[in-house]
Amino acid sequence: MTQLALVIDLNVCVGCHACVTSCKEWNTSGSAGPLADLHPYGKDPTGAFFNRVQTFEVGEYPNTQTVHFPKSCLHCEDPPCVPVCPTGASYKRAEDGIVLVDYDKCIGCKYCSWACPYGAREVDPERKVMTKCTLCVDRIYDQTKPESDRRPACVMACPTSARLFGDIHDPDSEVSRTIRDNAGYQLMPEWGTHPANHYLPRRKTPMHIHEDELARADNPLKVDGLLPKPAKSEPSLDDVMSW
Amino acid sequence: MRPDFSVLLLTTLIGAGQGLFLALFTVQLYALAGLLPQPSAHAFYAHGSLVALVVLGGGLIASFFHLGRPERAWRTAAKWRTSWLSREVIVLPAFMGVVLLFGAAHLTGWKPVLVSLPSGLAIDATVALGIVGTVLAFALFVCTAMIYACLPFLREWASPLTVVNYTLLGGASGFALAAAFAAMVAPELTRFLAGWAFVITLLGAASRIASLIRNDRLKPKSTLQTAIGIKHPRIVQKSMGFMGGSFNTREFFHGRPDAVLRSVRWVFLLAAFAVPLTLLAVGWSGAPAGVLVVAFAVQYVGLLAERWFFFAQANHPQNLYYQAVA
Repeated sequence: MTQLALVIDLNVCVGCHACVTSCKEWNTSGSAGPLADLHPYGKDPTGAFFNRVQTFEVGEYPNTQTVHFPKSCLHCEDPPCVPVCPTGASYKRAEDGIVLVDYDKCIGCKYCSWACPYGAREVDPERKVMTKCTLCVDRIYDQTKPESDRRPACVMACPTSARLFGDIHDPDSEVSRTIRDNAGYQLMPEWGTHPANHYLPRRKTPMHIHEDELARADNPLKVDGLLPKPAKSEPSLDDVMSW
Repeated sequence: MRPDFSVLLLTTLIGAGQGLFLALFTVQLYALAGLLPQPSAHAFYAHGSLVALVVLGGGLIASFFHLGRPERAWRTAAKWRTSWLSREVIVLPAFMGVVLLFGAAHLTGWKPVLVSLPSGLAIDATVALGIVGTVLAFALFVCTAMIYACLPFLREWASPLTVVNYTLLGGASGFALAAAFAAMVAPELTRFLAGWAFVITLLGAASRIASLIRNDRLKPKSTLQTAIGIKHPRIVQKSMGFMGGSFNTREFFHGRPDAVLRSVRWVFLLAAFAVPLTLLAVGWSGAPAGVLVVAFAVQYVGLLAERWFFFAQANHPQNLYYQAVA
């Protein structure tokens, strides 16, 4: 069984929103039709987005950390949004675990969005159907693209490589190793949804400075200082040389 | 959650329609057992079924306004194995069909005897239809309520009390409607129906107040800490990632101050329970039909307020991600 997922490293995310804009760009130009983008230059711009970057402040001044938190569908292994759908428009693919919406079957009743504790689904205000992250399903299997481009648009766009993409059921995949090695965790584990997407926590970057790094043992300046110093009474060069 | 008027109308109207049908069939059973005078089949059962159908049809029409793509509504019957919404969509028309047949059988006097009980009671087709309709009416209450009660993280809804409330409140308004209807077409039944409407309203008040007390004591299971997975007692959102609204900021927030919520709570406790109970008691003691009509009307408005509060009170965990614009 394959379960494709994203692993998002909060330790390196700088909150640039490149994943948000590249997601919107890719998914608004796809075969599924444009994502609504209403009054983009007006007072109240709105529309459908699959991905957002939020910002949280953790701690109290002066001991604060700013955490940028990218948020999209987590492609739960036990997705609560799927069984509640009355038409079967919302489904989880058996072959790769991606949770998708069939836009041609969706009646826009919004029930699946009520059933998602993460708020990962958004109704498209123009098409009047539920939309959500597809893990760029129309891109990752595209044989006409070079192998390195068969990754979700958000992953391609991330300038700090904060987003990894792969199969979390394959224990040797990059994402599985990263989750294991860097304490990857899931959001809201209390609801038993088993999100496939994982987040990597902020990590301290420790720096050890040894004594010999502050004063180098082999510093040539210090080596010179150790040479025997002639006493004042000893003959100097002037005493030897006579012009 | 943002209360959507189409859903408020749907749940309150079909509740009243189901309750009215249950009241009609209760009268028929009592009359069959000789405990009540048999009313005119034409005026009471047939016209009563028509009123129930109109009310149920109003709810059905209102439900379409909730859908983004109502032309695809026929697809909703597909996933009845997993979805309570799908089950509701199947049971509602089935129930309406049985109510139609029940009314038509009474209207035309089509009453072939199916079984004769040893005691001499004849079970005719209308009784059989009534039993099927009763089962479907209760199934519909369960389906409607389970749509909300089956979502575990909407903790205000995820309780057996939700099912009890939907059943009792629908039954109460239906019996009140039946009492008002009887006062006009079959006055000999008014006391019986007003009495039952009083009892069911009282039970509904008890279970609704019980759920209010339960919900007041709920402690949120999801917190900002579990939402973003950072263990620190002080986390503040600085930006939700956009400044214009989105579906997430519109669908899951009622957008009214807490004072409105508190006053709607008192409004519905008065209008759905206290005032109708008084008026039903007055109607029971033989006041003119108008009192019972007002009792039903006030209770219906009260139940709309109750349903508004039911939605507004539910606090979706996704709201944790949408606390600060920037």
